[in-house]
Amino acid sequence: MKVTFPHMGNQYVATKVLLDELGVENIIPPECSKDTLDIGTKHSPESICLPLKVNIGNYIESVKKGADTVVITGSCGPCRFGYYSILQKEILKSMGYDNLKFILLDPPQGDYKGFFKRVYDLTNTKNPYKIVKALARATRTLYLLDEMEDLSYYKRPRQARQGEVDIHYDHFHRVVREAKGYKEVSTLIRDTIRKMKEVEEDPTRDVIKIGIIGEIYTIIEPFVNLNVEKKLGDMGVEIDKSLKISRWLTEHLYLSPLGLTAEKDVWRAAKPYLKTMIGGHARETIGYAVVYGKKGYDGVIQIYPLTCMPEIVAQSILPTVEKDYSIPYLCLIVDEMTGEAGYSTRLEAFVDLLRRRKEKAYNGELLSGN
Amino acid sequence: MSVKIGIPRGLWFYDYFPLWKTFYEELGAEIIFSDKTNKQILDQGVKNCVDEACLPVKLFHGHVINLKDKVDYIFVPKMMSVYKDEYICPKFCGLPEMVNHSIKGLPPLIDTEINFSKSRKSLMITAYRFGSYVTKNPIKIRRAFNNALMAYRKYREDVKDGKLPIDGEFSPKKPSVVANNSKSIAVVGHTYHLYDSYGSMSILQKLRDSKVSVIVPEMMNMNKINKLASTLEKKMFWSYGRKLLGAALHFGESREIDGIIYISSFGCGIDSIVEDLFERWSRSHSIPFLLLTIDEHTGEAGINTRLEAFLDMIDWRVNHESDLSPHG
Repeated sequence: MKVTFPHMGNQYVATKVLLDELGVENIIPPECSKDTLDIGTKHSPESICLPLKVNIGNYIESVKKGADTVVITGSCGPCRFGYYSILQKEILKSMGYDNLKFILLDPPQGDYKGFFKRVYDLTNTKNPYKIVKALARATRTLYLLDEMEDLSYYKRPRQARQGEVDIHYDHFHRVVREAKGYKEVSTLIRDTIRKMKEVEEDPTRDVIKIGIIGEIYTIIEPFVNLNVEKKLGDMGVEIDKSLKISRWLTEHLYLSPLGLTAEKDVWRAAKPYLKTMIGGHARETIGYAVVYGKKGYDGVIQIYPLTCMPEIVAQSILPTVEKDYSIPYLCLIVDEMTGEAGYSTRLEAFVDLLRRRKEKAYNGELLSGN
Repeated sequence: MSVKIGIPRGLWFYDYFPLWKTFYEELGAEIIFSDKTNKQILDQGVKNCVDEACLPVKLFHGHVINLKDKVDYIFVPKMMSVYKDEYICPKFCGLPEMVNHSIKGLPPLIDTEINFSKSRKSLMITAYRFGSYVTKNPIKIRRAFNNALMAYRKYREDVKDGKLPIDGEFSPKKPSVVANNSKSIAVVGHTYHLYDSYGSMSILQKLRDSKVSVIVPEMMNMNKINKLASTLEKKMFWSYGRKLLGAALHFGESREIDGIIYISSFGCGIDSIVEDLFERWSRSHSIPFLLLTIDEHTGEAGINTRLEAFLDMIDWRVNHESDLSPHG
């Protein structure tokens, strides 16, 4: 059994650790590229959101590399991610991949027997201790990865020589594919973190801060958001992302089955604008916009895939947040037609505006909030 | 003076309007519907809503603006879920907030939450919350709600009998004598597409004028559909999607229809999945399938041409079966 799974930012490193620790042979899909998206776009429904198209591309490229089992995850509504698993299965079947095995890891919804059977199918073991241990290690890897990400957000706008952080960052992604198991991977991450910390800083840089909010897949997968963290970093912007995979995993795997949540403060911040959850991450999008506003960030950028239902609701509410907290807001919508030049221009214009605004405020010339 | 409550003629309107109309009228409020969808409502809606929203949501904004200066309250409930473990589109869930933040100077909204995803136990409490905008008397509210439920059931029966609530008014019952060679075509889609004659460019009327007997999902036996839908590999968590996928399985099995027309709006997240599965399953049973995607730029002439071509194609398929394989 050679297992493959879809990409989402750095998540592949943790999933690889999980499968390695369980002794399951796995194939990491090639890095997302134009080809990946082309394959996905060709075979997916026209109006589905972008993540599904990229996922389909990932599967096909892995199958070409020899994978014979696909792990698909899902949720249970109201966002359409909940039905991804079934649709993806239908698409792959209609493409003629009849021998492909699917393991659908959806939340159990009462059917625990079926759920654990699927988990055992995937893990090749019924030893719960072994599974829990592997899972704990994968979670630790995710936290390390996010530590590395956060460091790169901090260092990029401050590095004295442009591009130095990315030398280490890209090197890590090249080497990690060959690493095996938790030990090797975590050493590699720690090495990269150490190297990044040593990158020389330019203390005279005027760094502005932007919060990135929006749909989780688009803000985490660099191919889909056209490397927004690198683009902004090179413009001298430090960013913070509202959603991180490590946090998402803790929330959904460990806390929510117990009825707990780590996002209470964010929900409270969103409450005056959006009272309940409406699926996806709309409530977090609004909550974090408020949080960034309160923390004195210079701006927020919302990124989401075209036709994403929860984010459309958030988009219609965010202008009010923008006014209430006087924090400039830019909305970027991505799909397979997004052109990089136009996207960069908008980012540059937004950053220019923020700098000018900051300067004005500094000089005491700014009279109105906007 | 009685309280004036405005009900926008959009989204859930065609599913539930008799219920809320009866409910509030029993309580002594005056109900005002917004005008039937027209050019002005469309334009206002498009102007006052985020560009990315789908046509029905934009139309709904237009309807709210239409009511804005006429009423004391506008009825925009927060519809989360009407069945256990099922949801409605996320845009429905966030509708009151969307409307409130997009349109300035609105009268207060009746934005009580309807959420039965855990259980239906809170039904009477929810009804009380809705009624409390007019009266605080729980006995009166309970009586009004029971009458409203009766009106709602009757409405459902009527629709099932083939009376279509186009623009919220019943069309004459379908002709009892249907010519022998008439085609029967299933027209599926959200109720706010099917029954909004401006938004859907009167597709239902056009089909009836061409002597086609029309079947809509609301006419079908819900028990049967529920049963079929429960055979799905994963539970469909959208109430509308479950109804449609059940219908798709039924059509495939029974083969009693000659073709399917699916009406969807551009950017509909639910249809991007349901429509695709529906189409795959229909085609695998070789039932002719036509997808009409509608947005604010759709031209009526194009829709007419496609409808005519589709109907002709079905005729040829029946008449020339032996010459060439029209099944492909």
